[in-house]
Order: sequence, then structure tokens, then C-alpha cells
Amino acid sequence: MATWIETVEIDEIDTEDVVRFDHGDETYALYRNAKGDCFATAGHCTHEKVHLADGLVMGNIIECPKHNGRIDFTTGEAKRAPICEAIKTYPVKIEGGKLFIQID
Amino acid sequence: MAVNMETRDYSLTGPRNKQAQELGIASAEWYASPIPRQRMKELMKRKDGPAIRDTIIWFAILGILGYLAYLSWGTWWAIPAFAAYGAVYALPGNSRWHEASHGTMFKTGWMNEVIYQIASFMNLFPATPWRWSHVRHHTDTYIVGRDPEIHAPRPPVWRVLLGELFHVYGGIADLRRIFLHAFGKMDKEEMDYIPASEFKKCYWEARVWILIFIAVIAACIYAGSILPAMFVVLPTFYGFWAVMLIAWTQHLGLNDDVLDHRLNTRTVYMNPVIRFLYCNMNYHIEHHMFPMVPYHALPALHEEMKADCPKPSPSVYAALKEIFAALRKQRKDPTYTIVRPLPSTARPYRYGPAPYGTVIQQDELIVKKAE
Ligand code: FES
Repeated sequence: MATWIETVEIDEIDTEDVVRFDHGDETYALYRNAKGDCFATAGHCTHEKVHLADGLVMGNIIECPKHNGRIDFTTGEAKRAPICEAIKTYPVKIEGGKLFIQID
Repeated sequence: MAVNMETRDYSLTGPRNKQAQELGIASAEWYASPIPRQRMKELMKRKDGPAIRDTIIWFAILGILGYLAYLSWGTWWAIPAFAAYGAVYALPGNSRWHEASHGTMFKTGWMNEVIYQIASFMNLFPATPWRWSHVRHHTDTYIVGRDPEIHAPRPPVWRVLLGELFHVYGGIADLRRIFLHAFGKMDKEEMDYIPASEFKKCYWEARVWILIFIAVIAACIYAGSILPAMFVVLPTFYGFWAVMLIAWTQHLGLNDDVLDHRLNTRTVYMNPVIRFLYCNMNYHIEHHMFPMVPYHALPALHEEMKADCPKPSPSVYAALKEIFAALRKQRKDPTYTIVRPLPSTARPYRYGPAPYGTVIQQDELIVKKAE
């Protein structure tokens, strides 16, 4: 059974930006690209334990704030060293202006 | 008070590496000055324009100096001419290598990569190994046993430090590694920070570089002179003084094993010419704390965070004077560290669990030596 969790109002995420969302022991990164579409990934970079939400969104890419590694947040694919490992992505839906992510 | 003269092992293959991990100072969370997200987003913005302009200017100056050096060959004028060519080859080569390694020089990815490869060769810094070495330097800045880019151990070794003015030690070490890689082998230290998936790339890059070396040697034989090598490969050595005189100001004389770049890194005010050659890396605390900010935005970042940082050194000369006085003291007391009190507007220093060097207790301004 899929578990959807409510995160933030979508207005809290600027277009071409990312915010951090913590739930239980987990941390997530919630994105909006320039078109306004929303996405979600695990919150920590796969290179080291650094919050991607402090990074820079460029198109569909998040650049990690620590070593400038890059990930395509729409697919989770690693795009630039030192990130070599893909990141977990989560399905999202918007209801009543709120962003939900499916964590299981 | 008895001075602890214990010599610490700075190698990445020694016991300090594991100790740093056990102490929780490896891959740790570092202090960051508070900057509003909106402002940070503006500062992190990438651009192609400044780097295209600066690259054209740099190569134009290098071309002019190279032509003058060529004309001067065989006369005493060759000495100042090649000194200038070497400095303008090596220092911007080093700073462009650095900026492009972060991917922040240009907005366009392939431009970063082209400049990264060219500048890596100009430094004779094997491109992939140094990319990973620098990643580690940012993860574990001046954490002994973890950081492969520490300029001098405590106590310093003058012979090595001064030899680096002509890249004698680092340059030879890199050449040795290039040959090692060309034969499909990896240095033990490098294995600590380069993932195995990147080894093949290192080997092929080394083989290409060896072909370039052979071409330069062939050109020298054909010309019956070392002149061709004076323009490529050798400037990395005879021009390296310009790199080291500036790069020494980055961290030397400050703390080891701390988790706050304000404690182990130095910002120095430099004139616009050096800042151009050096890609604004004089704002070094700023760069280490926020490596996402491109070089052209570092002066603005400095303005944002200077109230949270120790006072910058006023000039390269002042920084070097302070550093060499500290290094001389470290010969007798390796824990000796330059103390830089914070302004009242700053948050306290974050020493972390195992600082090495002098520790200031902010409230009372008591200075004590860390064990
Ligand atoms: S921690 Fe993200 S690139 Fe290194």
C-alpha cells in the first residue's frame, strides 16, 4: 500500500529552486523546475551526507553545495563527478495546493 | 610549559587517517555563515560572459609575453621575459584549473571541461586524480591524514616548502604518478580518494600526456634547443613561484583539524591584477565555505559574510610576513598558531572535537594550546 505524505505548500518552493523537508528520521529534497513542475528526491547527496536543498537548481539539475556534483532530479541520475551514484526519487502529486510525496 | 614536539604523520596511508575518522573530524559537518537563501541563489548564479572575457584576456597576455620571450631568447632579456611568461602561464593556469574543477568558471559545462583539461596540463596536475584530490581537500580541509593538499606539515620542512617555488617536489611527484598511471598502476595515497571506477580514465589521460611530452621533446631535438619546452611543460616549474607565493596565503600558519574554515583558511586583500590572475581566490574563506559561488561573485560574497569572519590580511606581503614568522615558531613549537579574534558581530568559532593548534576562548579571550 503506497504511503503518501503531505510536505509543503507548493508556493513555498520557488520555481527553479529546492527546499528541504524532514519526516521522521528521513530527509527529502523537494524541487520545482523552471516550468513549475515538482519533483522529490532523497535529501542527502549520494557522495557525502550533505543536504542538497542548499544547492543550486539549473534546469532539471541540482548542483550539490559541497563539491559541485550534479544530479538530474527528475530521474535521479548522477550527472557530474564526484557524484557517481544515482539518487532515490519519489513520485509526487499536488492536492489542494500541497505537495505530496509517495515514500513507499 | 613543555612543548609537544611529536611529529604527526601527514600521509593519507598512515594512522592519522583512521584517527580522524574515529574522532569524527573526517567528512564532518562544517560551520557555515548565515546567508539568506535568496541572496545565496543570486550569488551562486552561473555566467559564461566573465569567464569568456577573462580567458581571452589571459591568452592574449600570454601570447604577447610569449612573443617577447621568443624575441629575447639568447639575450639577458630572456630572464625577465620568461619569468613574466612563466608567472602568467602558471598562476592563472592554476587558478583556472581550480575554478573549472568546481565547474563554476563557466555556465556552460563543456567550456569548464575544455579549460579544465588545458589548465590541468599547464599545471601538470593529472586531470582526474587532481579533481578527486581537490574534492577531498574540500571535504577535509587541513584535517591531518585526510587532506592531500596540505602545503606544509608542522613543523614545516624548509627544503620542501622552498623547493616548491620551482615545483621541485610536487612536480616530480606528479610526473612520477603520470608514468605510474600510464603503466596502469595507481599510487597508494591516491587510492584513498580516487574511486576505482575512475582509474581507467586516469590511465588514459596519462598516456595522452606522455604523447604530448614526447612531441615536445621531439620539437626540442628538431630545433636543437630547449626553446619549445620553455613555452610548454617547463613554465610549470620555472613559473611556479608565482603560484606558491600566492597559494601559501590560503591556509598556512592557521589551525589543523578544525571544522570551521574561518579557523584554517585566510582571506587576503589583493590588487585587481593579482585577483584577475588568481580568479579572486584571495577570498579563500568565502570559497571554502561556499564553493558553489563562482569566482566573479566572490567579492560580493565577501561583503555578505565579512561581519562573521576574522579581519582579512591587508596584502600578500602582510600575509606572507605573518606566515613565515608563524612557520619559524612552529619549528620550535608545532602547535603554534596565528590567532585571529572574531569581530563582535560574528558567531563563535566552531573548533570541533579535536582542534590542533591554538584555541581562543571567545568570552574571556583566553588563548590556550590544544593538545
Ligand atoms: S557531497 Fe555532494 S558532491 Fe560531494
